[in-house]
This record gives sequence, structure tokens and C-alpha cells, in this order.
Amino acid sequence: MKLSEIRNMLGAKVLTEDAEERLCGIDIKTACGSDLMSDVLAFVKDQGLLLTGLVNPQVVRTAEMMDICAICFVRGKVPDESIITLAKELGVPLLQTPLSLFIASGRLYKGGLMCEEE
Amino acid sequence: MSQKISLHYDIDGKDFSIAGEASSSVKKVLKQLGVSPEIIRKVAISMYEAEINTVIHAGGGAADVEITPDRIHVMFSDRGPGIADVALAMKEGFSTAPEYAREMGFGAGMGLANIKNNVDEVKIRSALGEGTTVEITVLI
Repeated sequence: MKLSEIRNMLGAKVLTEDAEERLCGIDIKTACGSDLMSDVLAFVKDQGLLLTGLVNPQVVRTAEMMDICAICFVRGKVPDESIITLAKELGVPLLQTPLSLFIASGRLYKGGLMCEEE
Repeated sequence: MSQKISLHYDIDGKDFSIAGEASSSVKKVLKQLGVSPEIIRKVAISMYEAEINTVIHAGGGAADVEITPDRIHVMFSDRGPGIADVALAMKEGFSTAPEYAREMGFGAGMGLANIKNNVDEVKIRSALGEGTTVEITVLI
């Protein structure tokens, strides 16, 4: 699923000002929803999308280490400018949706995005 | 890559928000050297876990990295309080991380176990009141 489709499905804003062309070029195969970066580091196997309600620079660092393609902050959480700057430097698109982690995950799953075990 | 590359990083323990810069830098170097993504991922994850631990538990320290054609070796060293029981610290779920680390999404007691799962060799030496060294080796 293209990242641009995910943005539309979640009614999300793109915080890193990535061009439409770039969003269409990022193919997301799986997603993981977690506020615990320890779990993301230990259990996420495939490169994909990270949905989280946690807003700090270590979320972006974790994504960098795991080769996570993009991050979507849920519940309308707003990262500060330093987090957005770090994500831009690392080329990790940041999205923000007003939806809860549960609803956002549900929409993506219903829309055809699978989790790692499937 | 025909020769040894040595890198040294000081790990600042005062600012948790910048933790991970050493791991990020090594990841970039390995990419430039053309190391396979699978090996880079193992090194990045294990280094990042160890770097976070150095910041959370020891208030900072250092990382010394050696890259040779057949392996990547990283030694984290600190002068923190030390680990009372290394075998217990290796158990998944055991953690002595402070509340602020948990609020940042860490401290679930997965770090050392995750390092072990991603490397070919891990050696931990620790003395109470003196500090800890964590040596990790990933074969290329």
C-alpha cells in the first residue's frame, strides 16, 4: 500500500513536507502500533509503518535503526520542531492523524495492510 | 574494505533526547562501506540498545568501534554503578530503568536480551561501583 493511500485512509497530515511523488513511491507492506520502543526494537521484523502515540526524538531514532519507512503519530499528537528536523535529515516521513491507535490500526487492517505474522 | 577502521564516540549521558547518535553514525559508515543491509540492521539494533543503556543506567560513557573485513566489534564502556547480577539483567522483562526512561518508551527489560539475539557474541563485564563494559561482535 502506498504511503499516500495510508495518509488518505487515516485523514493524516504530512509533517515532513514530503512531495506527493515521494509519498506515492513509498510502498508499505506492514505496520506496527506501539508506544513502547523497546518492543519495536525487539519484535518488528519487516520494514513498514510505525503507528505511535509517543512523541520524542527516540521514536525517530528507533525508526532509523529498524529501517522503518514512515511514522504516523496518532491521537493528534504534535512532535516538536527538533523531531521533525531529525526526521527530515534521516528521510523518514512523519504523518499525524487525529484517530486513536486502535481506530487507525483498524482502518489500515480493513484496507488490506497485514501485520507481520500473516 | 581491506584494512581496519577504528571509530571512537563519547556518549553524552545528560541528554536522553540525543541518545543514538553514535549508532546512527556507525550505521551510515557501514552503508558507505557497502556492508549488507542484514548485517547493518543487526549492528544498528544492538548498538542502539547498548547506547540507550549507557545513557539510562551509567550517565554516559564511550563506544569504540572496529570494522574489519570479517567482523564489526563494538565496546561500550562506562563508569556507572555497575550491574549487580549480569545473568538476571539478561533476562527478558527484568529492568531497573528509572521512570523517565519508561516515559520515553524504554526500560521494558528487553535491551540486553535483544542485543544477544542480534549479535554473534556478547561479553558483559561489570563491577559494582566501578562500571560496565559491553562488547558486541557481529560477523560479516
